[in-house]
Amino acid sequence: MEITEIEQRIKKIVAEQLGVNESEVKNESSFVNDLGADSLDTVELVMALEEEFECEIPDEQAEKINTVQEAIDFVAANTTQ
Amino acid sequence: MILEHKITLVTGASRGIGKAIALELGKYGATVIGTATSESGADHINQYLGEAHVSGMGLVMDVSNIEHINNGIETIQKSLGDVAILVNNAGITRDNLLARMKDDEWDSVLQTNLKSVFCLSRAVLRAMMKARSGRIINISSVVGTTGNPGQTNYAAAKAGMMGFSKSLAKEIGSRNITVNCVAPGFIDTDMTRSLSSDLQQSLIQHIPLGRLGRPEDVAAAVVFLASPAADYITGATLHVNGGMYME
Repeated sequence: MEITEIEQRIKKIVAEQLGVNESEVKNESSFVNDLGADSLDTVELVMALEEEFECEIPDEQAEKINTVQEAIDFVAANTTQ
Repeated sequence: MILEHKITLVTGASRGIGKAIALELGKYGATVIGTATSESGADHINQYLGEAHVSGMGLVMDVSNIEHINNGIETIQKSLGDVAILVNNAGITRDNLLARMKDDEWDSVLQTNLKSVFCLSRAVLRAMMKARSGRIINISSVVGTTGNPGQTNYAAAKAGMMGFSKSLAKEIGSRNITVNCVAPGFIDTDMTRSLSSDLQQSLIQHIPLGRLGRPEDVAAAVVFLASPAADYITGATLHVNGGMYME
């Protein structure tokens, strides 16, 4: 899967999940600090990523995914689609 | 009708309080899936739902078995859709004085009455969070608040439900999902009919309303909590006990 495709899909999910405009979702955006996510939002986001990319994200990995770029990196490194 | 097409899962629905809850929810338009541990129990649920013209079905599910739970939720999801209202009603008793209580008596009651609440709530939560709405109603017991000799296991599980409900209510309130308990007192069911008539009489003396409760009395409280009228109620325990215990 192309990085640009991963990026697009992740930004779409983030925008939907956090109820923000997709144009506001930048690679460097922090879910909590920039996009207004609370702890439950971040859990939901991780679950949505798991569903979208059919992978499992362990809690200790999930804790390290705080920005859009970190999500892209994780998916790129952990999916083979 | 206030619960029109709401997909509702009621555990332990083959008889007693669970059956009354299933029928009462159905009366207000809910689609009701009632669980039982046996095929014959599930058949009975199908039969009484059909006779009452309630849409839904009986489903074999042992709530102490996580695979049963996950498979059951999947079956419901595929055939009817996402669960909007979960009523955790299934419960057992294994009464004994603590000094004589076996590990197995403790474990089975905690597993069936409390762990099932955790497993089922978790299984339906994702869809409720996505829908930004949902109702979880846990059938606790007056014994969880007052205690009762011979029921350390049962009382621990029932009190555990209340703490569970309050915590979960705080976790998912922002998703418009409410979590509440209904705590029945002594209700006229197979579970209480097994008590001696002397004991039943002495129990009634402590009930201001002077009678055992009916399963329908409990079911009415569940319908209320499931309905839009209870939109702003979460983390609460509604006592339905004829006044035998007052907060």
